[in-house]
Amino acid sequence: MVAGLVRRVVACLAVVAGVVTLTFVLLRLAPGDPVEQLLGPAATPAQVSAARHALGLDRPVAAQYVAWLGRFARGDWGTSIATGRPVRALLGEAVPATLELVGLSLALSYLLGLTVGAIQATARPRLDAVLSVTTVTLFALPGYWLGLMLVMVFTYWAGVLPAFGASGLDTDLLSGWARLGDRLRHLALPLATLTLIGIGGTARFVRGAMLDVKREPFVRTAEAKGLSPTRVVRRHVARNALIPVVTLLGLSLPALFSGAVLVEAVFAWPGVGRKLVEAVRARDYPVVMAATTVSAFLVIAGNLLADFAAAWIDPRIRHGKRSP
Amino acid sequence: MRRLLRDRRAAFGTAVLASVVVAALAAPLVTRGDPAAPRDIVATRFLPPFSTDVDGTFHPLGTDRLGQDVWTRLVYGARISLGVGVLAVIISLAIGIVVGAVAGYRRGPVRIALLGLTDFALALPRVVLLLLLAALWHPSAALVIVVLGLTGWMSVARLVQGEVRALAVRPFAEGALALGVSPGRVLWRHILPNALTPVIVAGALGVGNAIGLEAALSFLGLGVQPPTPSWGSMIASGRDTLVNAPWVAAAPGLALVLVVVACTMVGDALQDALNPAARHEAKGLSG
Repeated sequence: MVAGLVRRVVACLAVVAGVVTLTFVLLRLAPGDPVEQLLGPAATPAQVSAARHALGLDRPVAAQYVAWLGRFARGDWGTSIATGRPVRALLGEAVPATLELVGLSLALSYLLGLTVGAIQATARPRLDAVLSVTTVTLFALPGYWLGLMLVMVFTYWAGVLPAFGASGLDTDLLSGWARLGDRLRHLALPLATLTLIGIGGTARFVRGAMLDVKREPFVRTAEAKGLSPTRVVRRHVARNALIPVVTLLGLSLPALFSGAVLVEAVFAWPGVGRKLVEAVRARDYPVVMAATTVSAFLVIAGNLLADFAAAWIDPRIRHGKRSP
Repeated sequence: MRRLLRDRRAAFGTAVLASVVVAALAAPLVTRGDPAAPRDIVATRFLPPFSTDVDGTFHPLGTDRLGQDVWTRLVYGARISLGVGVLAVIISLAIGIVVGAVAGYRRGPVRIALLGLTDFALALPRVVLLLLLAALWHPSAALVIVVLGLTGWMSVARLVQGEVRALAVRPFAEGALALGVSPGRVLWRHILPNALTPVIVAGALGVGNAIGLEAALSFLGLGVQPPTPSWGSMIASGRDTLVNAPWVAAAPGLALVLVVVACTMVGDALQDALNPAARHEAKGLSG
């Protein structure tokens, strides 16, 4: 058990290291560099090479990589080339905003998705069919488009919810509950966008998992010994269907994070995804590297947690009897 | 009832996809002219759906900010979206089948290395990778196809690996080996054809996924570039005019949802029909 955990953690660290290296290489391969973007077309070649030298960009890529790794490991994440602000401060603002959005939408979409999926697995075929069409459609919605449509309805037509940013212009004047209310009003549309799509995916998966468990012999046994249908579903089907669902929780993190990148871009939500898109455009190397590392770390830590949760729920996995 | 429902799903999906394909192929016949042709901007911009402009041209879905007919761009955009989606999935399937087959058939270090590579690629945040790769070269349809293909093969490799591994110890495969057939030939001629069932399903689901991602990249300005019409870039161009011309963004989005739903329904129906046991391996994990 312990050896297995250690092996998993080491494998995860290797993935993070791989992501970081790959990002570094791809970023340096990409045409254009931050200096050109920063100084603009009017800069003289001498100014450009001076700026490149000052930023250390004229050194060999391998040396830059080693230097960056060393500084990053020591906690020196550098300074944003485009904005001149420390990267740690930039991400220190962005990470909580993303965690707030992704965490809340994960919780809500799992709560609602589990409910809808469980209803589908036990409902009459007609209701199941209606809900199936609904969840397939929700799952197919592109996040950025759903976001735009929600903005159109709730901001422009109904005029009830703000469309951009995380706080209003008057936030600093508000206090306590009013400030919380302002935050929630800004959170509403991006959260609704991510959650609606998440419900579709989760419900589809839960329905499948529950129907699979229902075919197992132990369910027939439980029914045969006279347990009430509700009890069979609650105690026998739902519990066992939970195992693949918890694993999915981990596997769906990268997708959810990817969705958040686009949704943040649409709603100007000040999270890691938006920072990343901006930084890639500006070739802001330190910000891209730090944002990628942090997001890869979050995603992989999430996967690991889901694995542990699955082992905690299922004694077969805990005792290492999982089939390959 | 279930069987009927199953058939209806497949029928709906096939009907939608068939009509979109026919419309895309017959684009010059079902629309009026060039999707990127310059128009009289002042006279024809932001006409609402079902209106007729000064030249007497009818616009069933209205016009955008350049006075271009939204219906025409939508139909020509279908060529890009479907083409990119299908070609990207073909690349993914090719890589996934080769990696999965070799990993499933060869034991020892080769399998471990290939499975490690697959898990590694699966753990990469796909959108981050797409952003970086799309920023590498000048954005174009070909680049989007290659990038989506290169980032979408992992689930296929896993499915094929599992199938091949299970089939390799079946009597017919071992029998062929015992008769002196070379291992490579056993793999390609005897095992792989039997392992392709889940791949068909993954392909159908993958096309919908790839179409959605192409639109997302184009929406961010990293995909197909204007004036070539693509559903993603059409949504992006309608973004600024949500108030006065909501149809510019709404129409391509609805088309996108319809096509992705159709792909999913065909995939689901195929899955239930072909292989009910492997349900949750292909589904939902395609980030």
